[in-house]
Amino acid sequence: MSDQSVLYDVPGPRAVRRQRIGTVLALLFIAGLVGIAVQRLASRGQFDAELWEPWINPGSDDFAQVWELVGKGALATGIAAALAITLSLLVGVLLGVTRMMSGRLGRIPVIVFIELFRGLPVVITIVFVWRAMVELGIPVDVLPGEDALWYLVIGLTLYNSVIVAEILRAGVASLPSGQGEAGRAVGMTEGQVMRSILLPQAFRTMLPALISQLVVVLKDTSLAAVIGLGYLELLRRGNQISQVLDNPIQSLFVVGLLFIVINYALSRLAIHLERRLSTSSYSSPEPGTAAITLDAQSRGGGPG
Amino acid sequence: MRFSKLGSAAAALVLAGSLAACGGGDDEVEVATETDFEAGTTMAELSEAGTMTVGTKFDQPGFGLLGLDDVPEGFDVEVAKIIAGAMGIAEEDIEWVEATSDIREQVIEDGDVDMVVATYTINDERKERVTFAGPYYEAGQMLMVAEDNDSISGPEDIADNPDMKVCSVTGSTPSENIREYLANEDQLVLFDIYDKCADALSNGQVDIVTTDNVILLGFVSESDGEFKLVGEQFTEEPYGIGIEKGDVEFCEFINETLQENEEAYLAAWERTAGEVEGTEAPELPEPDECV
Amino acid sequence: MEPVIDNLDLYWSGFLTSLEFIVYSLVGSMLLGTLIAAFRVSPIPALRGFGSTYVTMIRNCPLTIVLFFMAFGLPELGINYSYFTFGIVGLVIYTSAFVCEALRSGINAVPAGQAEAARAIGLTFSQSMREIVLPQAFRSAVPPLGSVQIAMFKNSAVAGAFGIGGDLYSVGRTLTSARGFEYIPVLTGVAIGYLVITLSAGAALAVIERKVAIAR
Repeated sequence: MSDQSVLYDVPGPRAVRRQRIGTVLALLFIAGLVGIAVQRLASRGQFDAELWEPWINPGSDDFAQVWELVGKGALATGIAAALAITLSLLVGVLLGVTRMMSGRLGRIPVIVFIELFRGLPVVITIVFVWRAMVELGIPVDVLPGEDALWYLVIGLTLYNSVIVAEILRAGVASLPSGQGEAGRAVGMTEGQVMRSILLPQAFRTMLPALISQLVVVLKDTSLAAVIGLGYLELLRRGNQISQVLDNPIQSLFVVGLLFIVINYALSRLAIHLERRLSTSSYSSPEPGTAAITLDAQSRGGGPG
Repeated sequence: MRFSKLGSAAAALVLAGSLAACGGGDDEVEVATETDFEAGTTMAELSEAGTMTVGTKFDQPGFGLLGLDDVPEGFDVEVAKIIAGAMGIAEEDIEWVEATSDIREQVIEDGDVDMVVATYTINDERKERVTFAGPYYEAGQMLMVAEDNDSISGPEDIADNPDMKVCSVTGSTPSENIREYLANEDQLVLFDIYDKCADALSNGQVDIVTTDNVILLGFVSESDGEFKLVGEQFTEEPYGIGIEKGDVEFCEFINETLQENEEAYLAAWERTAGEVEGTEAPELPEPDECV
Repeated sequence: MEPVIDNLDLYWSGFLTSLEFIVYSLVGSMLLGTLIAAFRVSPIPALRGFGSTYVTMIRNCPLTIVLFFMAFGLPELGINYSYFTFGIVGLVIYTSAFVCEALRSGINAVPAGQAEAARAIGLTFSQSMREIVLPQAFRSAVPPLGSVQIAMFKNSAVAGAFGIGGDLYSVGRTLTSARGFEYIPVLTGVAIGYLVITLSAGAALAVIERKVAIAR
């Protein structure tokens, strides 16, 4: 049902009138919501220049510093997300291939691993990784960068590699069975079939889902600010600024908007790629919606 | 190495000059230009390197709060600067690392920091893992309640009001101290930062916030009469400076430095935590023996 | 595992608090999500615009920011509730965007021929929605809705980390911080608590999916 006009007629004169009334009512409703919010913000002085100026007025004393901090935070978020998604890809492919290539018994540990980390809240995984590594004395100092970065990255990787493994499995499963059969028919081993026939095709279909997963990872880096990990990513920087300037609403608004803009752009990119890469005869149910983002979420049961 | 030391001392002088020119002379912490430490000591190493790493709080107003210039400000930070200065290390050569309550012992043991100045209460359990210089400040635990709460006038009243919730911060000494006054474990609510406790008190989710007096005073002065402190300080919380376990020479050096710089110490208080209404200027406590 | 066994009662009450939190959030997010989904398919463009703006904003914003806004932003506006309530409201707002998309994907999965046939025999818009489209849409929306809600169960731990108080996460915090137990056993207990919730929910979902599956 890609075209909603199927649900109702091209409106006649009466229906048009009804729709107009409906539109007016809807606009009133939306205006009402916005009005209440604006009125509340205004009555509490939340539009005061001193709360916004550090963010929007380049002439303000704090403007340069505030945006420099945001830049540092965005960089830290980007580094953590990039490392996590790259490692997730590596580990996830390894997990996925192991699962697909092993026998019934050999598969079990991989499946347990996957179900375990898929079922755990990612925030618990991160805290666990952090505390357990400290308690067991597993050194992360050998890795470049701060310790906290790696606790975050390893926690995110455990969770997301499992999702990648599932995305890969779905990608391979979606290929026509003739692909593998043809490979075997010409005498390829299972490993060769996987390596030269199935994986390259599955990777094509995986790319959009991976980008959607990157959105999830980007959002999850901000968990560091909730568990007191001491990694100064974007949200923590926003909190730092609001603690000094005492403007939480304004700071969270700007940081939230940054996340939304970046993630929205990534989602659009994923949709665009999905349409371009789609080689199969069918297209996604409704082009132009973020169907795959949802799809990645269903597959992973991801925190979104 | 001699050159780099000279270089950094010169840089410190230039900076001191430029700040003085701005009229901010009293913000200065003295930086020794000539230092002479016995070879092999921590002081000699740090002085030679011309830099050091200090762990402090990044979210504790008055003691260690990360400013917009990305450098922490507060009493702990100033104390650290006095000690660094005595080794010829200027404040811009100090690298600041966040040391939350949960990880202070860990960063010292791992050698990630040279010292921790972070509202760090000296106690026996911690002494097993780190050595404490100081104390440099005697805080005391108190209770903060809503203005209209008349049923609590000291910690003994908590058990008589078993429905009341007490808020403190995970991993902090106050959260452990208060436990003996509770009627049951459910009375204790823990958050990761005190801001949430203050919020929770203001929306009635908890009835009492407990931690060190100075932190509470900050909330009371911000609350416009919504909160009040009740009772006396019922604990003594000597704040110490955490360093690597067994580094007695460094510990003694820190103690001597503080004793010799009492004036700078008091000035540091006045321009940081001392700005909060209702605080009293501290007396520099007698240092404990270094072990 | 001693810290866990000795404190089973504490874990149990944390488990129940987490469940309570989850049930409220489940009901709330289904209601709000259905409302937003109704907006998104409605014939009125203004409502469609409102719905899609809401979904785009919320889906791309981290849950943590929604929660921080609840806890630190709203009190600035004089709106002050317990973190438990704020946590539910935040999680409902966040999850409803995903519920909306799951429902919409369900509607999209109903073949256009179904609605066309309904229209051909003279059913009105509301009749065809009520009798033909929605019953099928809900059934095909079950798998994605289930995943969204299981994700929400896990996200309740984020609210827990934020400090709703008394839940599984805060039990872990109390045992390690205030009582000084080691992290690994305590957190293992917390993890098991969440796994019980998510894995049994996953198993239940699989059963429901089989029951409502539409043969096509």
